[in-house]
Amino acid sequence: MRKVFKLDEIDCAVCAGKLEDAIKKLDGVQNAKVNYLTQKLTLEAADEDFDRVLDAVVKLTADIEPDCEILR
Amino acid sequence: MNKKQKRWLKRILIALAIFFAVMLAEETGLLAAVFGDPGALYASFALYLIPYLIAGHDVLRKAWRNIRRGEAFDENFLISVATIGAFAMVFFPGADPHMAEGAAVMLFYQVGELFQSYAVGKSRKSIAAMMDIAPDYANIEQNGALVQVDPDEVAPGSVIVVKPGERIPIDGVVTEGTSELDTAALTGESMPRHAQMGDEVISGCINMTGVLRVRTTKPFGASTVSRILELVENASEKKARTENFITRFARVYTPIVTLAALALAVIPPLAGMGAWQDWILRGLTFLVVSCPCALVISVPLSFFGGIGGASKLGILVKGSNYLEALAQVDTVVFDKTGTLTSGTFDVVEVTAIPQVLNASAMAEGAETARVAAEPEPTGIEAPDSTLLEASSAAKSRARAPHNAAENLVLEFAAHAEALSDHPIAASVRRAYEAAGGVIDQARVSDAHEKAGHGVAATIDGHAVLVGNGKLMKAHGIDCPASGGAGTILHVAVDGAYAGSITIADTVKDDAARAIEELHRAGVEHCVMLTGDRADVAHAVGSQLGIDEIKAELLPQDKVSKVEELLQASRGNLAFVGDGINDAPVLTRADVGIAMGAMGSDAAIEAADVVLMDDKPSNIARAIRLARRTMRIVWQNIVFAIGVKVLILALAALGVAGMWLAVFGDVGVAVIAILNAMRAMRVERV
Repeated sequence: MRKVFKLDEIDCAVCAGKLEDAIKKLDGVQNAKVNYLTQKLTLEAADEDFDRVLDAVVKLTADIEPDCEILR
Repeated sequence: MNKKQKRWLKRILIALAIFFAVMLAEETGLLAAVFGDPGALYASFALYLIPYLIAGHDVLRKAWRNIRRGEAFDENFLISVATIGAFAMVFFPGADPHMAEGAAVMLFYQVGELFQSYAVGKSRKSIAAMMDIAPDYANIEQNGALVQVDPDEVAPGSVIVVKPGERIPIDGVVTEGTSELDTAALTGESMPRHAQMGDEVISGCINMTGVLRVRTTKPFGASTVSRILELVENASEKKARTENFITRFARVYTPIVTLAALALAVIPPLAGMGAWQDWILRGLTFLVVSCPCALVISVPLSFFGGIGGASKLGILVKGSNYLEALAQVDTVVFDKTGTLTSGTFDVVEVTAIPQVLNASAMAEGAETARVAAEPEPTGIEAPDSTLLEASSAAKSRARAPHNAAENLVLEFAAHAEALSDHPIAASVRRAYEAAGGVIDQARVSDAHEKAGHGVAATIDGHAVLVGNGKLMKAHGIDCPASGGAGTILHVAVDGAYAGSITIADTVKDDAARAIEELHRAGVEHCVMLTGDRADVAHAVGSQLGIDEIKAELLPQDKVSKVEELLQASRGNLAFVGDGINDAPVLTRADVGIAMGAMGSDAAIEAADVVLMDDKPSNIARAIRLARRTMRIVWQNIVFAIGVKVLILALAALGVAGMWLAVFGDVGVAVIAILNAMRAMRVERV
């Protein structure tokens, strides 16, 4: 499944790149894209696993970029 | 400004006020008077710390967080180290105090960051506004009342109602109503398009005048407007070489400058070349300039702006890499049909032999005489004509016949072909009707179509033959050999040759201008590929100013011709097709351009650049736009790197202070972002 989320307050292009790399490394994430300009996160993960992966992504984001919030 | 930015601004203003108050107290000697020496020094240290912390506490916190995670080298870290270092200079015995500088650098940095955030937000907003072509509801009739629903929930085949002023949410076919549609958001074309029952309409157009009922043919997600938005948003993910270069550059730039800063702070004083505090300050200044943010933000923003701006003109570029490739195009290859010509066949020429028509036909042809236009004075070779006033047997250049004899040829042909469903028959009938004629089938009897030859029919009692040379030969009628462009229909009346009708693919109005503009934009080589006969192709090609013509090609030859041209061209090669049957060539070319693609899924899929309308002049516009975007990108790269390197050099020599260094960081970033925002203004390109 592929879903797009709005990212609030993503601060800089470098941070977006870092966040993307970190999310990609998470277990269960098939693919991820953080677009700084459109402020969007595209997340791909297996259907049955999606909610768990999303929770992990939210937690990771809170850790790396505390100001940035994933609106779901 | 959003809420966060307003809070941010308030914080900066408070810090600024305190900063100036402290500075005033120090300069006027107030601090010295109150605290004495060296008490005044510690007092000013403590006092400057207040605005520093108010303005910069979040920067310090972020820096600390990153260090703990083992990730140094972000700008928060660099600014924190530099400013803390400036404050710490006070502990060097005998060093000048730099607290004011430390606090000021933090303040200046925050002002710049705020402005940067504001500028990016602003350009995001203008791009969002540009992309605001997707309607967020659709009207559906339920139990006699109109209900607004999410367009995502409308199944294909449902009927939606589009009121004047609303955007059409989903592609479909008009079942009721007529209206004018504003397609500007999709094609950049300001002329309204007429829509009536049976017409296909495309989502994203604004319904201007009447209420339309539309039976949807696609789900919302597959409708034109959704596809365009998806395409443009994803375009920034296909990165240009320049963008990748910037990413790689940023990755090495920061560590190198940081190491250089360390070396600068440590090596010269160890070598006994001066005081420690002096070199440490220079090293700290280095750190401030070491963030590559100006590039990392402004370069993708320029591409995004260029792509967004292009989409406003109906030019969809599917990735930054294609925009970059488009800027380097020096060869444009056209597949003639559907790009330079309209792909619809029209009557381009009618010739007539008046005395034949005169002798055999015309007693009953009174209607024709009334329809006939003014006689054309240019004909000189024509024999006299008694019944018809028209004297010209010469070729008429216009699409519609201009004299009565020609009109009569067309009239016979149109009636003979009245029942044929051949495309050529349709274009003959269309031309006759366009000239004011009305087909009366009662005048036709005994019509026979012979495949590959033409039609034989009796019209008003005259035996009429309409067809190619073979048909004429079969009936023993001499006809002139065909020479000019297009397909020739011969017309014979009562066994005598009466004239001919030439049908050809019509050249688009702006095709010649398109080629001229391409040449002016620096495209050296315009090539036309066509399956037409060489003489036809050369006639069209020379009329348009094409540099090279490859005619009589079979569809499969096109790929190999493009391969040859690819070898020969120095820059990039763009192939322009109408998106029908040319997918292999579109993918083979450096840049594949599909045009007239509004609503055609296959074309949108295969091409790298999609022109929503069918005007070839938009190709030159796309190339100009791509070049301008690349110019802006390179301006930013040269400017940002240039200023940074200059400041680094000056800082190493001890000429540039931390103030200038902060400008080298955020000041440059802001200027580069402002410059990048120009990329989306496309009105004059």
